[in-house]
Amino acid sequence: MGVDERGLIVERIEALFASHPPADTDERSFWGAQFDHGLAWVQFPEGLGGSGVSPRWQAVVDQRINDAGGSTRNRINNVLGIGMGAGTIIAHGTDEHRARFLRPMFTMEEIWCQLFSEPGAGSDLAALSTSAVREDDHWIVNGQKVWTTLGHLAKWGLLVTRTDPDQPKHAGMTYFIVDMEADGVDVRPLYQITGEAEFNEVYFTDVVIGDELRVGEVGQGWGVAMTTLMNERVAIGGTVQPRESGAIGEAVQVWRERHGEDGDPVARDQLLQLWAAAEAMRLTTVRAKEAATSGTPGPEGSTAKLQWAELNKRITSFTVDLLGPEGLTYPGGYSFTRPDGSADVDGAPHKRFLRARANSIEGGTSEIMKNILGERVLGLPGEPRVDKDVPWREVPRS
Amino acid sequence: MSAHAAAPPTVSYVLTDEQRQLQEMVRDLFAQRAAPDRVREVMLAETPGYDDALWQELANYGLLGLTIPEAHGGSGASFAELAIVLEEAGRRLAPVPLLSSAVLGTEAVLGGATEAQAAALLPGVAAGTTRLALAHLDLGGDLLAAPGVVASRDGATWHLDGTAAYVIDGASATHLVVAARAGDDLELFVVPGDAPGVSRTPVEVLDLTRPLATVEFAGVEVAEEDRLAGGPAMAALHRALTAGVVAIAVEQVGGTAHTLEACTAYARDRIQFGRAIGSFQAVKHRLAELLVELESARSAAIHAARVLAAGEREELAIAAPLAKSYCSEVYERSAADGIQLFGGIGFTWEHDQHLYLKRAKSTKLLLGDPKHHRALLGELLAL
Repeated sequence: MGVDERGLIVERIEALFASHPPADTDERSFWGAQFDHGLAWVQFPEGLGGSGVSPRWQAVVDQRINDAGGSTRNRINNVLGIGMGAGTIIAHGTDEHRARFLRPMFTMEEIWCQLFSEPGAGSDLAALSTSAVREDDHWIVNGQKVWTTLGHLAKWGLLVTRTDPDQPKHAGMTYFIVDMEADGVDVRPLYQITGEAEFNEVYFTDVVIGDELRVGEVGQGWGVAMTTLMNERVAIGGTVQPRESGAIGEAVQVWRERHGEDGDPVARDQLLQLWAAAEAMRLTTVRAKEAATSGTPGPEGSTAKLQWAELNKRITSFTVDLLGPEGLTYPGGYSFTRPDGSADVDGAPHKRFLRARANSIEGGTSEIMKNILGERVLGLPGEPRVDKDVPWREVPRS
Repeated sequence: MSAHAAAPPTVSYVLTDEQRQLQEMVRDLFAQRAAPDRVREVMLAETPGYDDALWQELANYGLLGLTIPEAHGGSGASFAELAIVLEEAGRRLAPVPLLSSAVLGTEAVLGGATEAQAAALLPGVAAGTTRLALAHLDLGGDLLAAPGVVASRDGATWHLDGTAAYVIDGASATHLVVAARAGDDLELFVVPGDAPGVSRTPVEVLDLTRPLATVEFAGVEVAEEDRLAGGPAMAALHRALTAGVVAIAVEQVGGTAHTLEACTAYARDRIQFGRAIGSFQAVKHRLAELLVELESARSAAIHAARVLAAGEREELAIAAPLAKSYCSEVYERSAADGIQLFGGIGFTWEHDQHLYLKRAKSTKLLLGDPKHHRALLGELLAL
């Protein structure tokens, strides 16, 4: 740790608040000033929104801003840029990328999306087939991406392409920043089983990307994409919820409203089983957070995603059962609209039940998470990889 | 949201350096002194039903008096340290009467005895020369608290009559802490195991690593000074049983951790179809699920142990049944899955996994099964 990181950060927070009182400054101006004071990503270098200190000071900064009536909602509303793209640009981008993209990303003048998954490349992301072909100083992109959050609002996209189909799958990829307003980019809503479209499909037809927007070397796209995904884990992990909140809180509420003390004892025991599992899981996140800051992190930090996904599905299903005949209905009907926030945190139990089905698919399926736990935490051997040393072009695809 | 659910207290879960040293020391000790061969030797012997040499060694290290005040010969540590010892004992199925003497008996005395009674009893407990067992159940065995012994008073002398069932380590204990009905009241008495009128019969148990006894009392005379008189007996019994519930949960985490480690090692080594069986997702995924459940069980158990150590009684009322219900089910599932993962060898007497299945099943039922504890939770949470 450097000389006095806390002192430096506190000094900068005070300077920022003095020139831009959080409660009285419009969001965009405040975020811009926050960037200029090196408090956007404290671990980044000076001049690029950072102060060159340990990333753990960011929590202090954000807490102070929230306490002072300011907003940190940019971290959520532009999560793919601020949470994932920024770290990738710092690690693999050019000086021009860093100077051009980071500040308007943080101020939300420019929204970002991530273009990784494809219809033929989900769990096996490295099988992706969207192609980029070089012509002089630019590249021509063709293909389709899917599950693109914020794609319809984004100015820029983080894109992984196949540039050499004769290499084995991990070797022939290249990473770009793509202008989502460029000719040939077609963003279409992707309707889910809830009837809403949180996500998009993005089609690329002869889209031109200048070579100056390439991130990392040609053929090194997989490594760059891994940097992005590592940042995703950091952005998602480490939150501790209050007891009896989220899905189990809703189940408890429905139980009290409709069943309560006269409720069916079997259903009560099921509710309490779920309550106990949810609380044990919550305590694991508390334990993981404490271990991450003051102890030796162990496996408790890596089990949360899998457990949360599977438990959320069970609890939301149980809650609909508690509704009895009303479980046959779908309040408000299937709207075929784009929700403002995530359907995960609002809506009737019926919608949460449906939305929860995705929990064990998005961000790593439960099957993949079990492989990761089995192989990286328990040290079990991997499955044989039949496509490992085969040119991508020759690997069977569905 | 109920008041209970609103704001759990903040306790720390990270081990201090001293606690980590204790954990390593105890793990090494049990690895050497409670190896599987030794566990089997003790469990198949006619008597005494525990390993006296290991017990004395635990006493020499000061591990039998962790929750006993220094004034009474203990080390004045806390349940957090005792929980570390219990987890490691659970990992090895160590054949020592920790649950009966260091937890149930000690807590009953700490909760119910006068200073003079504690001063007379607890130094021997900490030194390992006195081994307590709690006799508090009748033959109906709802396995919680239904004394089958009746106490009647005659001047300065009490007479105990009746049967106490499912007494953990009841045959080998030097002293029994007996819960008895006295009219409408409950009283606790400390009775030497060899007192006239006491007869102790070992039970044919499912889990051979944890002996149980049926103890009959036929006009057993107990002096008034051996009635625990430092506070309400019901509260002392409740304190003992709550600590017992948390102790079992911690022990279950140790057993589950052992099962996961043993199965994972086997899955890496065992070859079928030309591959380590752990490379098959059918096996790998089961082990990953077990890891997830173990970590949650560990969280529930350590939370209960830490709130007990911190004296957070309101939170303990939630944390204890949460831990007992959750850890019981995780342990049984993991121990049973363990038999399956080992395949044929796992079904043999020679292999150790059945010892864990039996311990898992017996601890699930001891001191209230998961459904019982969930019902307690439901009352507290007003569900």
